[in-house]
Amino acid sequence: MEDPLNIIVTGVGGQGNIQASYIIASAALIEGFHVSVGETYGAAQRGGSVTSHIRLSRERQYGPLTQEGKVHVIVNPRPVYPIDVLAGEAIYPPINKVLSAIKELVFSVHVVEATELAKKVGDVIFQNVVMVGCLAASEFTPIKTEAFRTAITELFADKGLDINLKAFEIGVEEFKRTKPL
Amino acid sequence: MVGKRNCGPLKPPAAAAAGLRALTAMKNLGANVCSDFLMTVNLSGTRGGFVLVTGDDPSAHSTTTELDTRNYARFADIPLLEPSTAQEAKDMTKFAFELSEELGLICMVRTVTRLSHARGVVTLGPIFKERRTATFSSQNLWTSGSSSITCMFHSILHEKMKRAQAKFDESEFNRYTGNENAEFIIITAGTGWLYSLEAVKLLGLEGDVGILKLGTTWPLPEKLVLKHLKHAKEVLFVEEIDAFLEQNVKMLAAELSAEGNVGPLKFYGKKSGHVRGEFGAGTGEIDVYIVIRALAEIKGLNYQPREREYSEKALAAVGSLVPARTMGFCAGCPHRASFWAIKKALQWDGRDGIVTGDIGCYSLGLLPTGFSAAKTLHCMGAGIGTANGFGKLAPFGLDKPIIAISGDSTFYHACIPALINAKWHNANILYIILDNNTTAMTGHQPHPGTGSDALGNPVLKIPIEDICRGIGVETRIVDPFDLRDAVQNVYEMLKMDGVEVLIFRHECPLTETKKRGKKPKVYVDQDKCIGEECGCARFCIRVFKCPGNIWDPAKGKAKIDDAVCVGCGLCADLCPAKAIIVEEEA
Repeated sequence: MEDPLNIIVTGVGGQGNIQASYIIASAALIEGFHVSVGETYGAAQRGGSVTSHIRLSRERQYGPLTQEGKVHVIVNPRPVYPIDVLAGEAIYPPINKVLSAIKELVFSVHVVEATELAKKVGDVIFQNVVMVGCLAASEFTPIKTEAFRTAITELFADKGLDINLKAFEIGVEEFKRTKPL
Repeated sequence: MVGKRNCGPLKPPAAAAAGLRALTAMKNLGANVCSDFLMTVNLSGTRGGFVLVTGDDPSAHSTTTELDTRNYARFADIPLLEPSTAQEAKDMTKFAFELSEELGLICMVRTVTRLSHARGVVTLGPIFKERRTATFSSQNLWTSGSSSITCMFHSILHEKMKRAQAKFDESEFNRYTGNENAEFIIITAGTGWLYSLEAVKLLGLEGDVGILKLGTTWPLPEKLVLKHLKHAKEVLFVEEIDAFLEQNVKMLAAELSAEGNVGPLKFYGKKSGHVRGEFGAGTGEIDVYIVIRALAEIKGLNYQPREREYSEKALAAVGSLVPARTMGFCAGCPHRASFWAIKKALQWDGRDGIVTGDIGCYSLGLLPTGFSAAKTLHCMGAGIGTANGFGKLAPFGLDKPIIAISGDSTFYHACIPALINAKWHNANILYIILDNNTTAMTGHQPHPGTGSDALGNPVLKIPIEDICRGIGVETRIVDPFDLRDAVQNVYEMLKMDGVEVLIFRHECPLTETKKRGKKPKVYVDQDKCIGEECGCARFCIRVFKCPGNIWDPAKGKAKIDDAVCVGCGLCADLCPAKAIIVEEEA
């Protein structure tokens, strides 16, 4: 593994981005890594862009901001439109154009319809955990799937455990079916 | 006991004066609000440990300033600690309590956004459960005094700080890594430490560059700094916002220069411009790249994290494909309705009225999501405060209606004296309070109007309207989702003389949706929707700008994004074609 290994979770406010990074970091901790998580976000609680940086190392703790680097990407292609686009002041690019641009820049791109899968679980809000399931199955990180399950079980012990585990497993299964672009 | 910003920042020091341990936490601007007291309690001292935690915001991610509160520690002359990691944040706070108690002096811990919003592993030490009794008898005196008494206390403060300095020289929070005789050293604190370690590693400079990490930054641990200045020829300072360490170390170096065992030294940092953000030195937050660039420039190294071609391709893709994502009110936010009503009423009024903004979610009233209705924004209470001034400028030619905005929490915390002043001096203002029954922006804390105290215990509400009417101000209450009523009331009240209050009351959808069951289903009847023809094209989307209203390009009609919509139904009221349908769940 590259040390430190950096994972970036990015999306817009309200998608459960910070929760997803918390699950990933907790799973990494179970595996005995030094973990730092940095959260960046706009001032808006909903709709602003949100990015979390998760940094794992076997050697020592790193700062909470990741440097530039080449990556694997798992993407939910469901857009959440910024009001700039809705207002007609900006144009939202066609999704396939975005995907091919990403493909040009990275090792691999996997597309997962996480929002649609989450609806099957019961609510779009579970798309973050579906995505975490995909990350677990991807083996892009050295964190074992079982560590993710343990982390989810600990985090949701009081509320919503079954449904979150279900969303996670759907993500795991879905990733196994997907092929990189 | 914990105090937050100006909701009672003086409670914790009182507890500390009575012998308990107390901590008060606030962001940069909160430190300004409390600074008056800080500049006297440094002299009067404390019995129990008393810690002030300040959170600075380099890059102003969610604040209106990049103020560096470390200057307050130097200004008030109190001990200052700067954690680099979550573990240190815990350890230093504990140490600060002990030091504070030992010296009888308030101690300060300064963090920044990048640490406050980070997670890391924290190992706990033994937790001592000690229950103290608060005591303050008629024998106690707690004051900074006046005249010669004050000067005596001031001299005692200097003595306390000498003792703090001796401790800091030995502190384990300060550490040096790298070559013991390095001629090039980095002096850093806070987040800068981990960035410096990583930058030095990435550049392969570990053998050449020493890193002196200071966790105790005021008073400067002079003996320790001197020890490392002796072997250095060049010094790079890596720290967030101001050149605080840089100035203090340079001053020390100047004092020592005549002794001959230090220098000549070459300094790099903010003053030299090597450590700089996008808008220049002393602006923006630092990161690993900024440290790498500084080192590379100083040492004449060529560092390329990526091949140039790749970076250019990435930048081009971002430039052409990533649309702006301006901050906006949440779907279902009552502030969107309130600003809509204000904008409409000002249009009807036709006198080009001025709206002064304040601090909260509704600060976004300056942006398109609030129809750019608000025109000023500074600090808590500045909306009604400056409106007082604007409302008295008619004799000088500024004869316009003035609307001051604040939220409910901000009203209680920072606006009441200004409202009294407005009434007292008969300023011509309409003060609109956006009451969403919570402190939404900072995470839904209770306030005096919510019916629970800061710890969540049920208490009697202190209604905003009772306070305003008690001051003798005409006060009306309207739900901004009753748009017609809302616009009408703003319009009418703008025509009145003197000061009036209009409370726009509607609960924050983030707390409201948690309480209720299923949300109502909102959808667009696309047979009725007139799409591009509507209100100069796509009225609901283009003009109203709720992120729940989106466009269906295939049909050329509006639709609802059900992943975003909270079911408030306001767009259904606004839709000129009555094409948006709200179906309440049974």
